[in-house]
Amino acid sequence: MAEAERAIEAVWRIESARLVAGLARMVQDVGLAEDLAQDALVAALEKWPRDGVPDNPGAWLMATAKNRAIDRIRREASLQSKQEEIARETGALFAMERSDFEAAADEEIGDDLLALIFTCCHPLLAREARVALTLRLLGGLTTPEIARAFLASESTVAQRLVRAKKTLREARVPFEVPRGAELQERLPSVLEVVYLAFNEGYAASAGEDWVRRDLCEEALRLGRILAELAPREPEVHGLIALLEIQASRLAARHGPNGEPILLLDQDRGRWDPLLIVRGRRALQRAEELPGPLGPYGLQAAIAACHARAIRAEETDWVKIAALYDALAQIQPSPIVDLNRAVALGMAFGPEAGLALLDEIANEKQLAGNHLLPSVRGDLLEKAGRPEEAATEFKRAAELTQNAREQQLLLERAETLV
Amino acid sequence: MRFMMFMYPEIEEKDWGPQEGNVEEFEAMGRYNEELRKAGMLLSLDGLQPPSEGGVVKMTDGKATITDGPFAEAKEVVGGYWLIQARSKGEALEWASRCPAENCRIEVRRVFEMEDFPQEIQDAFEENFGG
Repeated sequence: MAEAERAIEAVWRIESARLVAGLARMVQDVGLAEDLAQDALVAALEKWPRDGVPDNPGAWLMATAKNRAIDRIRREASLQSKQEEIARETGALFAMERSDFEAAADEEIGDDLLALIFTCCHPLLAREARVALTLRLLGGLTTPEIARAFLASESTVAQRLVRAKKTLREARVPFEVPRGAELQERLPSVLEVVYLAFNEGYAASAGEDWVRRDLCEEALRLGRILAELAPREPEVHGLIALLEIQASRLAARHGPNGEPILLLDQDRGRWDPLLIVRGRRALQRAEELPGPLGPYGLQAAIAACHARAIRAEETDWVKIAALYDALAQIQPSPIVDLNRAVALGMAFGPEAGLALLDEIANEKQLAGNHLLPSVRGDLLEKAGRPEEAATEFKRAAELTQNAREQQLLLERAETLV
Repeated sequence: MRFMMFMYPEIEEKDWGPQEGNVEEFEAMGRYNEELRKAGMLLSLDGLQPPSEGGVVKMTDGKATITDGPFAEAKEVVGGYWLIQARSKGEALEWASRCPAENCRIEVRRVFEMEDFPQEIQDAFEENFGG
């Protein structure tokens, strides 16, 4: 009994995304597809403990869901008389009778999964809704799991999901993989969802909540799936390269009491060499495809520079500064410039970094951000101007929201005067 | 979490590794590996040469003795492994049970993460090998 339940849970983890994707292709509605998949799961929970787990559990779930779909559509069709609905439903019925899950080629399953990713990340949906729906339908996460991962209430997440599915249904968003120019236009929104999910987990403090750590792994998994499904897109490889290398530092990012440890102070022996190798390989794939690296690819290349240095002192800052320069050109932002200033300071001396900071000092986006005075303080200290550095650290301490960081900044200011 | 899946082919050394005529078996295994990769689960994998290509180091009271074998029983030797990322032990076991081999044994083991070690050991590690 317990054995069968464990098997069902595992099979569901493995099959649910493909199931929902296959069903969505037939009924052209991800919300309905999810309901049908859930129905099949309920049926499995009834049957498998009694009759044993079938040889091909995925196909069993699909066949069951298909039958439920046909029942449900017939029932609803007899109740509702709106012509349009009937036309749509008979269309769906027709599509279902033609399709045969077991005969579906690998390529088709891949296409369905990719269509599901693109639908979940549709630009019609707000960013949080996209992330929640993707984790739900692609990752098979439950509503409480998503809520815990994003520190939101269950009812908020549940509502978000319901609204997202409703929006897609009402807009009649076709269930398909966009092609050509539209693909290029919509891909960033997909990549952003994977990136946001990863960062949500990455930003959490170490070991406190395994759900959030698991979120990093889930985002990695989604990114890797995407790289298999869309192998010709350099930014897909760029993104997964970036995530693999960032994930390699998970065990080194926090001290025993959960305090954050900055990249250059991390114990590099704790970096995961397997993930670094995987990240580098993904970066290489991105580089080998035609065209220059995109924003994710460049960030991955920067991360790879850090990963390559066995000790922090061996970091190739000249190369990192050049990569930030390229990033600033294709994706200009004061935050990128701030990082570029750090790199310039490390590569060519503090004056070079300070000069760039002067250029961006009045950027609106940096107003009230503690990073600007904090970086400036660091560069001033290195330039042998301790009084000015102390003033900057104090200003940064006033601006930060994080108590621990505030304390560190004040300590630094004090040692200087 | 990560799991190592050790595969014990349970065959004699003479039958080890790619044999002529079992193209289908290898194709099936290739498809299985591809499935793992497409599911975003596969971190790494390797197939191992027969035991005679390696050896055994036996530690006794801190002293190493190297031998070419013999191995107690060729059937008890690891033939290869997969390192996968899974969301639960159940999922890892389910993947292992989808392996297309006719006869073999697969041992599924969870991998230690740094956080699983006592703080004392983590600190010692950092002091000796860090930075």
